Amino acid sequence: MLEDLFKTVRDRFNEGNGEPEKKQAPEIPKDLLFKCPRCQSVIYMDEFEKRKKTCPTCNYHARLTAKERLEITADKDSFKPLDENMTSVNPISFPEYEKKVKALSDLTGLKDAVITGVCTIRGYRAVVGIMDSRFMMASMGSVVGEKIARAFEYATENKLPVILFTASGGARMQEGIISLMQMAKTAGAVKRHSDAGGLYITVLTDPTTGGVTASFASLGDIILAEPKVLIGFAGRRVIQDTIKQKLPDDFQTAEFLLASGFVDAIADRRSMRKTLSNILRLHNFKKIGAEWQHG
Amino acid sequence: MSKLSATQRLEIIRQKNRPTVNDYIPAIFNHFTEFHGDRHFGDDGAIMAGIATLNSTPVTVIAQVKGRNLDENKKSNFSMPHPEGYRKALRLAYQAEKFHRPVICFVDTPGAFCGVEAEKRGQGEAIAKNIAEFMTLKTPVISVVLGEGGSGGALALAVCDELAMLENALYSVISPRGFASILWKDPSREKEAAELMKITAEDLMQFGVCDKIIPEPVGGAHLDAAQTADNISEYLINAVERLSAVDIPTLLDNRYKKFRKIGMFNE
Ligand SMILES: [Zn+2]
Repeated sequence: MLEDLFKTVRDRFNEGNGEPEKKQAPEIPKDLLFKCPRCQSVIYMDEFEKRKKTCPTCNYHARLTAKERLEITADKDSFKPLDENMTSVNPISFPEYEKKVKALSDLTGLKDAVITGVCTIRGYRAVVGIMDSRFMMASMGSVVGEKIARAFEYATENKLPVILFTASGGARMQEGIISLMQMAKTAGAVKRHSDAGGLYITVLTDPTTGGVTASFASLGDIILAEPKVLIGFAGRRVIQDTIKQKLPDDFQTAEFLLASGFVDAIADRRSMRKTLSNILRLHNFKKIGAEWQHG
Repeated sequence: MSKLSATQRLEIIRQKNRPTVNDYIPAIFNHFTEFHGDRHFGDDGAIMAGIATLNSTPVTVIAQVKGRNLDENKKSNFSMPHPEGYRKALRLAYQAEKFHRPVICFVDTPGAFCGVEAEKRGQGEAIAKNIAEFMTLKTPVISVVLGEGGSGGALALAVCDELAMLENALYSVISPRGFASILWKDPSREKEAAELMKITAEDLMQFGVCDKIIPEPVGGAHLDAAQTADNISEYLINAVERLSAVDIPTLLDNRYKKFRKIGMFNE
């Protein structure tokens, strides 16, 4: 069952990783074009970037790096990172794990798959966490689990709301059972923050799947999702193999989850700062340094 | 206790006549009364739940049902729950909390079911909610892994004050076959994966995941189901008594810390 699940998800990820097809545009350098993995339309990269990496035809919201996400979300220079030097170890001595982490670290400039910290969004203070799918498909191992849990604990202590931009292929299997336990650790920290009256907003981005969907990503007081992104628990192909029939195109999209009742709203990233700051204001947060109010 | 490899234990838990909750519940509890349904969508045969007495103490029992034959497996979907199964479990957990009954969960699943309807009804949300809610359930929770504990589908019934495992049971983030298939693109390396993954009860004691190993008869539980049931019963009676003596704030604090401290990293 689960066997092919992760594989399937990964294969789907690889379908559209932002690389345009060479043969369709032989005379244009490929880094000048973006081909939408959802509707296949091709646009010039500069236009795509001007639109904050959204597709002009179907409005698919493409993946952002954590740094890009931070830049379009937080007020300029407001971000103060938490636990930025935490790095993984190799709990089950999985062959070449350290090497892989090192290579990804060099490539992305990240220590692991999530950055956490405190920032302001249009003047409203919040703890934020941003997952970066380039780092081992943003799978959750000890570092992701610990940083998310600490972010919620920090928010609970400082009476701050939490906003998480989720993306993940699921548990980081290279860390064995410890990766599974991060689901309990993070969900527990979310619950404590919630029981203390804290506000938690989840923004589901492409793709949010597996053990992250089955833990903190599904526990927001308010769950937003970007248009056309993939969200699910199980992989598409394993499901297709089970039911032996073609799945609808919109299966496991943000819109599918909205229709099924698991997402509060689809949120366009070009107005995300406004959306988030409005929600914070409606929860009686005041600009800069305000505490949440009970009752 | 025997010193078997993960692969040898995998073979033992795959024995067709390995006892299941259908054998254990009548042997361990009295007055078991099954309750059905999640009060929202339906009833899931993959999870059996109800109330019973354990050594004359009322308890709530929530169990994943491995079938002993094709008929039972059809009813229990090979022990792969749908969201309504997890929601039934949570409903009965809240009921246990209200009436101050300890909760005993039996884990025995390859994982949560992967299907269109399961996705549509929020498999991820159902598991997430169980994990979060069990973390603060104001009554003792004890989980026992009987055979196979696979991924989030198992964890949804394993956020507890104490996790016990039968001696040959395995508990993992994904099945060894799945691990080999994804990380090495070669499902035939299943045995190698089983050894590498550190999934036996002894391994999991080292990680602080498992708190107690319940012995099985030499050769495996299928060779003497009654003896195995006695061993589980003895452990449960002791654990319920111990945990019931702990005041609730301390219990919940310890439960949170049990999971909070699991993780290995540098900083
Ligand atoms: Zn498009």
